[in-house]
Amino acid sequence: MDARSATGVLGVLRRVLARPSGLFGLLVVATLLVTAVFAPEIAPYSAGAQNIVMRLQGPSIAHLMGTDHLGRDILSRIIIGTRVELGLAVPAVLVALALGLVVGVAAGYLGGILDDCMVVLMDATQAFPAVILGLALLALVGPSLKALGLVIAVAFSPQYGRVARASVLKLRQEPFIEAERALGASNKRIMFVHVIPNIIAPLFILSAMNVPSAIAIEAGLSFLGLGVQPPTPSWGVILNDGFNRVREFPWPVIWVGLVLIITTLGFTLLGESLRDTIDPRLAGTRGGA
Amino acid sequence: MEGKKAPRAEARDLCVHFGQRAAGFAKFTGRRAPVVHAVDDVSLEIGPREVVGLVGESGSGKTTLGKALLRLVPVTSGQVLFDGDDVSHSRGDQIRQFRRQAQMIFQDPHASLSPRLTISQLLEEPYRIHRIPEEDRTSVAHLLETVELSSELANKYPHELSGGQARRVGIARALALHPKLLIADEPTAGLDVSAIGNILNLMNDIKDEYGISYLIITHDIGVVEYIADRLAVMYLGNVVEVGPTERVLDDAAHPYTRALLSTVPKPDPRRKDGHAPSLLPGEIPSPKNPPSGCRFHTRCAYSDNGLCRTVMPKQEWVDESHAVYCHRWRTVRG
Amino acid sequence: MTESVVKVRDLDLVYQSGNEAFPALSDIELEVGAGEVLGIVGESGCGKSSLSSALLRLLPPNGRITRGHVFYKDLDLLEIPETRMRQFRGAELAMIFQDPLTSLNPTFTIGTQMRDVQRAHGGGSLSRAQIYRRSVEMLEQVGMPDPEDRLRSYPHEFSGGMRQRIMIAVALMLKPGVLIADEPTTALDVTLQAQILSLLRGLCKEEGTATIFISHDLGVVAQICDRVMVMYAGRVVESADLFSLFDEPLHPYTRALLRSIPSRNRRGSRLVSIPGRVPSLSALPSGCKFVNRCPHAQDVCRATEPRFLDIQGHRVRCHAYDSSSGFRDAGVVTADRFGD
Repeated sequence: MDARSATGVLGVLRRVLARPSGLFGLLVVATLLVTAVFAPEIAPYSAGAQNIVMRLQGPSIAHLMGTDHLGRDILSRIIIGTRVELGLAVPAVLVALALGLVVGVAAGYLGGILDDCMVVLMDATQAFPAVILGLALLALVGPSLKALGLVIAVAFSPQYGRVARASVLKLRQEPFIEAERALGASNKRIMFVHVIPNIIAPLFILSAMNVPSAIAIEAGLSFLGLGVQPPTPSWGVILNDGFNRVREFPWPVIWVGLVLIITTLGFTLLGESLRDTIDPRLAGTRGGA
Repeated sequence: MEGKKAPRAEARDLCVHFGQRAAGFAKFTGRRAPVVHAVDDVSLEIGPREVVGLVGESGSGKTTLGKALLRLVPVTSGQVLFDGDDVSHSRGDQIRQFRRQAQMIFQDPHASLSPRLTISQLLEEPYRIHRIPEEDRTSVAHLLETVELSSELANKYPHELSGGQARRVGIARALALHPKLLIADEPTAGLDVSAIGNILNLMNDIKDEYGISYLIITHDIGVVEYIADRLAVMYLGNVVEVGPTERVLDDAAHPYTRALLSTVPKPDPRRKDGHAPSLLPGEIPSPKNPPSGCRFHTRCAYSDNGLCRTVMPKQEWVDESHAVYCHRWRTVRG
Repeated sequence: MTESVVKVRDLDLVYQSGNEAFPALSDIELEVGAGEVLGIVGESGCGKSSLSSALLRLLPPNGRITRGHVFYKDLDLLEIPETRMRQFRGAELAMIFQDPLTSLNPTFTIGTQMRDVQRAHGGGSLSRAQIYRRSVEMLEQVGMPDPEDRLRSYPHEFSGGMRQRIMIAVALMLKPGVLIADEPTTALDVTLQAQILSLLRGLCKEEGTATIFISHDLGVVAQICDRVMVMYAGRVVESADLFSLFDEPLHPYTRALLRSIPSRNRRGSRLVSIPGRVPSLSALPSGCKFVNRCPHAQDVCRATEPRFLDIQGHRVRCHAYDSSSGFRDAGVVTADRFGD
């Protein structure tokens, strides 16, 4: 319906930027990504640089967000923390996407018993709350970033699987699939060349909206002491440190809280803008654990 | 009949039923799961360089028959043959080889083109699928030229093309592998009257140049009148009559064929079919629940309430090339 | 000649898009008498759907009628307020469409829908019994078996052909003066089409309904219409009684159309097809709109739009028939008859 340029990357970008929510979302996400990549260069201080003399200071020129109980610059820790957060959330969500995509496409396209089994598997996985799963696993293997990432990936994958499967079921009826079969294309070729490119868009949108959920899970688990371990400055760790003295010195909690809110808002609004520009019929889908 | 070459494509006592598994299962659950007898006991041949027109209304099974000849739907019983080889249950390499020889032009021109590929990529798909080396491929430009499209379209996407252009791309793609048989599903549906001529002329030119056989599936009698060498008429999953086009048009032996031909509105105001509606009362029954015996007997003016109602008519020959499936065809012809 | 029930004069319709106004209809003229069936024939983009919308004033927000009159029995429908127009629609001016499933509300029985239509236009003056009787009567007239029973069924429980009959019943229930049928049989099987056409023609003749039958299918038009009008690019290019149009088509477009229909007598020869495509509304040629595709086009055709001439009741919009247009060697065109 739209000219290709409107559905191509540039066209989508243009339309997303045209809306205030899309503009905001894109700016936030871009800022976060840049921060994550260049964290050590951007941060004014190193994350671990202690300066006991300067501990528990409020915001000042030298320390824009103040210092924590060990005299470390909060802003720097948050900046480095961005790298930790996105370094965990983004790969985890992408793995979830890949996993869900494979399972969903196989189930939807091949049908039969395989489909039935996959659906049961996805339902079962989705029935488990990710946080509890995470707790259990981490209690078992001890705190580990990789384990956490895996838990998040597995917990989120059913969402992708279901969306992928539904899209494939619909697409399977399309004449062009039959046309490719008539040409002699194998199932594998059809799935990779003709099905996946046509269903991937909603999955990317879903991942945009899932990133903040993944971050929230990490923050929560780290807050409980089960995720990232100090001194690595994940936002959850900073939150945890700061929570112990929140009544006298609320700044760490305030800053992390604000950053979490803006991050969640940014990703979610970007995801929604993308969804509205690419396929308004998806309105009503939500990411989340 | 001796010394005759094997027909290009053939269906022998072919049955295609849908919903068998569900129906079997339903016996346990007690729920109704009707089996659709889309194609029942059909025998049809398409010769080399021959154009066979397959006509019928909704539920006739003509599209399913076309797809069955290409093994795009599974064969429930009977056989599908190509150049004498039985391909009814082929798989793997055998069927891939078969696909190179018999292709389909689909009804909905846009929907049959993968939306995210450019025209150029779409036309290269057949070669990629069959791993055909560069030197044996026909260039995209040449394929487009064959269907009278400008090579400027090569980098466009299907949705940027008009219906007529998309249809031609479909034809070009079907020709890429130099098939011996083309099955065209409603090649003129949805086309403006003035564009129909273009497509039919093109198909004729291609036939002459490449020596291809055609099966043209259509509900438009005018198209088969114009272009088909032989005409097969289907009703509710059965072939009811088949023979050389002019013979069938002039001297139809089956009551359905006669009714069909007379109710087709012709652009000739003097040929009004005032009485024709009474020839064909009611509507086409559902393929899930076809009438017993001859499936047409419920609407047939010649049905005799005995044989017609209980026994499926067998093939009978009006003359050496004209076959009909009707108990009472001699009476019908008068 | 019968008194016209519908008379359209000088009708222009434009679609607004941004700052541009695209002329969807220009200079439309037509007349239909009581019991008469006028066929409007044209291909995609000719404006026939726009015309039916314009007649009922059911235009999209960006559509505007900029000129002309639509007379229904001496009343100009373009001058009356929308509230009054609404009273006309359904009661005096009825319409049937190509796809009956989407025109019937799937959540109500047809009995309810037929009743609602009667109530909407009859006010409170009709009793329940009267409404019921009328509904049953109409269903009988359209050939529905067991009408009393079927009133309690839902649209999806009927086959396509039955639904079309229901739509006809609903349309004719209030005895409208005008019926507009927009491709009513296009989606139906051929044998069913014959039944519906016969039914439609019979009912319209019986009730004296002025009928406008829109179709792209010249065969169907030949079966049911008394007069035919050919449209191209928003204009009427030819208009005549049925036999005159088919025996002696005057406009090159009409001739090309008739010649491009595949049929038995063309076996063995190439089919005529009209080169080029229908011009889009945003790129209409100046002068005659058919100029880029017409085998007889001359300079005068590119320069000015032809007048809609009357040649003994047969109307045509083509310079070749206009002695004052400057068209040279008109004999070539008039000699290029159908059937050669």
